[in-house]
Amino acid sequence: MITRYHNLIISLACRIIVPFILIFGIYIILFGHYSPGGGFQGGTILAAGVILTRLVLGKKATYKKFPPQLGLILGAIGLLIYGGTGMVALLAGGNFLDYSFLPIPGIESAERRYYGILFVEIGVALGVFGVLLSIFDGLSKEK
Amino acid sequence: MKWLGIILICLFAGLLIYAEGDISSYGDPSSPASIHVSPEYIMRSYEETHTPNMVTAVLADYRGYDTFGETTVIFTAGLICYLLLGSWKRNDH
Repeated sequence: MITRYHNLIISLACRIIVPFILIFGIYIILFGHYSPGGGFQGGTILAAGVILTRLVLGKKATYKKFPPQLGLILGAIGLLIYGGTGMVALLAGGNFLDYSFLPIPGIESAERRYYGILFVEIGVALGVFGVLLSIFDGLSKEK
Repeated sequence: MKWLGIILICLFAGLLIYAEGDISSYGDPSSPASIHVSPEYIMRSYEETHTPNMVTAVLADYRGYDTFGETTVIFTAGLICYLLLGSWKRNDH
């Protein structure tokens, strides 16, 4: 059982740092088109932010905000977003994961592939985030 | 049995050393890896996907099926960890 870490410095530093870690994780996910980054890296950073709160604030406080069962559910939703993007392209007449067939009106084929990559990256990020958190919760649970 | 293993290892080592002579040197512009699909990606990935980061375009678009498999592997690993470490109570009856 991870209990609250009673140290003013660590607790305050965690409070200041964690929002920035989460925002940086989202930035890494969404900016993967233009710079190194993407779903895997951003999801890992998001998971690191939540795990830091788990370590510092203890399980009692953080399980209320983010229940441990939510990890695997988020992972499954992420995988579903990925597979769903591929299936939508398949149903719209293209091959599986051929984003140029995504039914987004008003934009050309290359732009549709841009948004297809974005959806897929979000799915990967949710999957990695949920799975890492679920593994941490599984390893740190009490008997 | 022990000698059979040693002979097999020597044979495979010889095979690998023999095959190593045909590997093109690292970064060779005329190697098959550099003349088959790489120039296509480098020339056309921005026009086709509007994504300046070529790595992301290859990872999520051209090789999307591969990345789908990777994500499935990660999710399966998480599922197995959950099943092994478990967070539900088993009914003893």
